[in-house]
Amino acid sequence: MLGRYLFRRACAAVITLFGVSVLIFLIARIIPGDPARIALGDTATLEQIAQFRKTLRLDDPLPVQYLTYMQGVIKGDLGISIYTGGAVLEDLQRTFPATLELVMVSAMLMIIIGIPLGTLAGRYRDSFIDNFTRLFSLIGVVTPGFVWAVFLLLVFAYWLEILPVTGRLSEGIPPPPHITGLFLIDSAFAGQWATFKDAFLHIIMPGISLSLASIGQTTRMTRANVGESYDRTYIEFARAYGFNEFRIAAKYALRPAMIPTLTILGLDIAIKFGGAFLIETVYAWPGMARYGVRVILHKDLNAIVGVVVIIGFFFVLINLIVDMIVAFVDPRIRLGSRAR
Amino acid sequence: MILVTRFFGSRGWYKFSRNKLSVFGLILVVAFVSVAILAPFITPFPRHAGAFVDFLNASKPPSARNWLGTDLVGRDVLTRVVFGYRVSLQLSVIVLSIAVPLGVIPGLIAGYFGGWWEMIIMRIVDVFLSIPSLVLALAIMGLVKPTLTNAMIAIACMWWPWYTRLLFNITRSIRNEGYVTAAEVVGASHWHILIKEILPNCVPSLLTKMTLDMSFVILLAAGLGFLGLGVQPPTPELGSMIADGANYLPNLSWIPISAGVAILIAVLGFNLVGDGLRDYFGVDV
Repeated sequence: MLGRYLFRRACAAVITLFGVSVLIFLIARIIPGDPARIALGDTATLEQIAQFRKTLRLDDPLPVQYLTYMQGVIKGDLGISIYTGGAVLEDLQRTFPATLELVMVSAMLMIIIGIPLGTLAGRYRDSFIDNFTRLFSLIGVVTPGFVWAVFLLLVFAYWLEILPVTGRLSEGIPPPPHITGLFLIDSAFAGQWATFKDAFLHIIMPGISLSLASIGQTTRMTRANVGESYDRTYIEFARAYGFNEFRIAAKYALRPAMIPTLTILGLDIAIKFGGAFLIETVYAWPGMARYGVRVILHKDLNAIVGVVVIIGFFFVLINLIVDMIVAFVDPRIRLGSRAR
Repeated sequence: MILVTRFFGSRGWYKFSRNKLSVFGLILVVAFVSVAILAPFITPFPRHAGAFVDFLNASKPPSARNWLGTDLVGRDVLTRVVFGYRVSLQLSVIVLSIAVPLGVIPGLIAGYFGGWWEMIIMRIVDVFLSIPSLVLALAIMGLVKPTLTNAMIAIACMWWPWYTRLLFNITRSIRNEGYVTAAEVVGASHWHILIKEILPNCVPSLLTKMTLDMSFVILLAAGLGFLGLGVQPPTPELGSMIADGANYLPNLSWIPISAGVAILIAVLGFNLVGDGLRDYFGVDV
């Protein structure tokens, strides 16, 4: 039963990915105006444009163009970027780890702050901590990440001067040896603690700006769901047994509340790849999202399609992983009963 | 007015206003809308909303003359923030008035007919929802001319699937209710059932989601503007004002702060009212 459920989810994910590739391909091709003209600008000569149309195979019928493109994708070839002059796949490989590191740090913040805070607020509803939490999460949700980014930059980098302004590392500090591409992990592995500290200082502000909205969201979600569990009789039962508050919270209140929260968490992590477009721009973070903004501004078709397809891929992948985790956590799915 | 009394009832205001935060939100929303509409009459320097230079007063911090300071070419920031509200309001209203019908109709069809309709429509919705709206809107804006109209079309194209999914879920859950079956039995057309029987039951959820979405569309548009892919200068737009100011940090800090707080106020208002409506109607969106 579980196997069949996961198989169905995986098939749906593959179909969705296929759709994503068709959608972005269509957007890039059918938008009014000649893509070659758009990419080369108004100063290009007719021959240049004809040549360019040939390299992009723009004169083939659309389905043929799509199939040619997908053939390349399967072989790991996303085409050449006009903006950098290199292969799109290499550009993405180079820039992706920075974005992944940022998204992971922000996802960690979201989980280690959002869930405990939400649980506390759900346990002590209408108390001081609950009101504080609601205000905090509301402010997080309504302030866009890039506004936080600019505010934090102003306060901590310019006024207080305690955090570095932009980038991933300070000048003069060599990047750690490439293992995962995530500087925090690589430098810790290599034992380069000075680099680790520098990378850590650099990721604080971007990480916080990217996570505040989702911390708010997670806190609200957890509060609502935990609050609901505390109204159930099994909590009273656990109290009657004399279990301590922590055990009741972790084992009896939080666990059933985790199932709806997990789904939202997955969605929030996936959305961070979009939010990173703004945050990376503010902090000149050399990641995939900033690359994405650049190629969009340069109307670099292959690179735009590449970035969007990769983001779609991770979105679908993260949701699939979350579905699997939920399936394992939720005995109703794991044991295959249809009681819901 | 009929709509208001029908969905809010005679004691509607009493029930809604019991939550003080919702009332606060409503005050913010009313302020936002009226300021945006009355912009040319209430701002101190209406001419500063366009291409205007006054280098004598350039880059001045907040003062008695310019409450929120002036920008690089001497335009009053307060005036531009208020006119920025006008752009935000216009944009979010038009985006929703395109996206809502575009999303509602397929949602009704998928939920009511099920089968192949559901398969095809909901798969397409999944595809759209698996790319962050900002990214897709950015990609479109990168390929077309960045004008207000194009920004509205790009955002609306990204927004309809949320309404399709919402309407699909509601329609599917009420599809087998007695009154729907009754209408079918007396021979009502599908059109009649969808519009007269099912749609009215979706209105509370729709209203709530639209109120919340006003804030998210404002945010998305500001994000586009911030990256230089939204409404172009000299039109005042809150996102691009933040970007302009951020380029000169730590100087001119009053520009990003004013524009940022302005976005916050508008978004906070619609969010609080949306939350209030959610509790009021008891819907889950």
